[in-house]
Amino acid sequence: MENQKLGRQTFQPGSSPVIIGHGSSAGHKECQGPLRRHFDHTCEDDLFGAKTWEQAESSMQQLALDAALKRAGLHTQDLDLLLAGDLLNQCIGSGYSARQAAVPFFGLYGACSTMGESLALATLLLSGGYGKYAAAVTSSHFCSAERQYRTPLEYGCQRTPTAQWTATASGAVIITSDVRPGPRVVRVTVGKVVDKGIKDANNMGAAMAPSAYETLKAHFEDTGLTPDYYDLIVTGDLGQLGHEIVTEFFAHDGVKLANYNDCGLLLFDREAQDVHAGASGCGCSASVLCGYLLPGLLAGRWKRILFCPTGALHSPTATMQGESIPGICHAIALEGGK
Amino acid sequence: MDYLKAFVVGGLFCIVGQVLIDKTKLTPARILVAYVVAGVVLGAVGVYKPLAEWAGAGATVPLTGFGYSLAKGVKEAVAEKGLLGAVTGGVTSTAGGIAAAIFLGVLVALLFKPKPKS
Repeated sequence: MENQKLGRQTFQPGSSPVIIGHGSSAGHKECQGPLRRHFDHTCEDDLFGAKTWEQAESSMQQLALDAALKRAGLHTQDLDLLLAGDLLNQCIGSGYSARQAAVPFFGLYGACSTMGESLALATLLLSGGYGKYAAAVTSSHFCSAERQYRTPLEYGCQRTPTAQWTATASGAVIITSDVRPGPRVVRVTVGKVVDKGIKDANNMGAAMAPSAYETLKAHFEDTGLTPDYYDLIVTGDLGQLGHEIVTEFFAHDGVKLANYNDCGLLLFDREAQDVHAGASGCGCSASVLCGYLLPGLLAGRWKRILFCPTGALHSPTATMQGESIPGICHAIALEGGK
Repeated sequence: MDYLKAFVVGGLFCIVGQVLIDKTKLTPARILVAYVVAGVVLGAVGVYKPLAEWAGAGATVPLTGFGYSLAKGVKEAVAEKGLLGAVTGGVTSTAGGIAAAIFLGVLVALLFKPKPKS
């Protein structure tokens, strides 16, 4: 079958790339949550053997990538492409981690949507015939993200009720253009930037929810599928508030999302772990994908998942200048496995 | 009785801060700055002095107390040195607090390592 573009935003590979390896690493708090048993690597002090939080983030990426390569039965040097991203300035989490890997590398920034962005690009590149094996890696670290986006930990700042908790976690996926058994990336809907004028950087769920709604709507329009085609639709890290907004938007259109969840709600026990609106950070959707969703596909728990990481494309500077928060969401349709 | 007064007044300042964090979109940094400015204004119009005398540490320890010290220092320095006091008085009267904050900040940074919040 030929590669196809469906509608305005959706790409359908003629031969769907197969996910042959997945790996994850997660911090202490994440391992106290409901997904505690599912991560490949964990760490008590969140430093992962490094000296700084930023270096710890690079270590987490390497651990996740190593676990994924091991599952795939590959070595780092087998990779044709490494696509990685994180939340730090100049993407240093990924840059320094790729320094170790020493394979062709693209550093990506899609805020918390990066797992979707890297997976989408890897899918398009492989199905375009450019290479055989690609890795998509993403990470975030609570301590480095607090320093970058809010205030350093030492400051001991109070959190607002709508604030989300940046996950200390990383996920890595190895995909191949070879015909192999395993979960396949069957469709990719590339999101557009959507901005409804929300300016509160402590309310990212509300800022990103419209982009999730738009991308999901575009996916269903482009493909002609309905939400109940998927066993699970899971958005990136909208948290409680964003999840409610997306559900409401679809209810307004007369569409009931019965099988809809959010990575930000899956990673932590919101009440017991005092994370307010839920988890966020690109490590959130990455680790939920690699620790929970892909193993679920492999075990046959689900057959079709629409994985839609969401990102807020603002910066602290833009927020200080009074700019609103643009959101983005990419939808990745995963099928099969068992 | 002094303890009770300090507890009640200090607590009220904290309640206002909590309400601002929960109910408004103000960032904590802005709330802190607003507290200092409020202390300056209340000190300048003469409201804060009786409050500080009545409630003691309950009014002088919160950030509004820092603003009050700034205003008090300016008032005193203007009386002493004239207009120049308006620019020197505030920092002079709060110099002890500022120097202590810098010194203790360095000390704590040397002694302790930050850990993730649980």
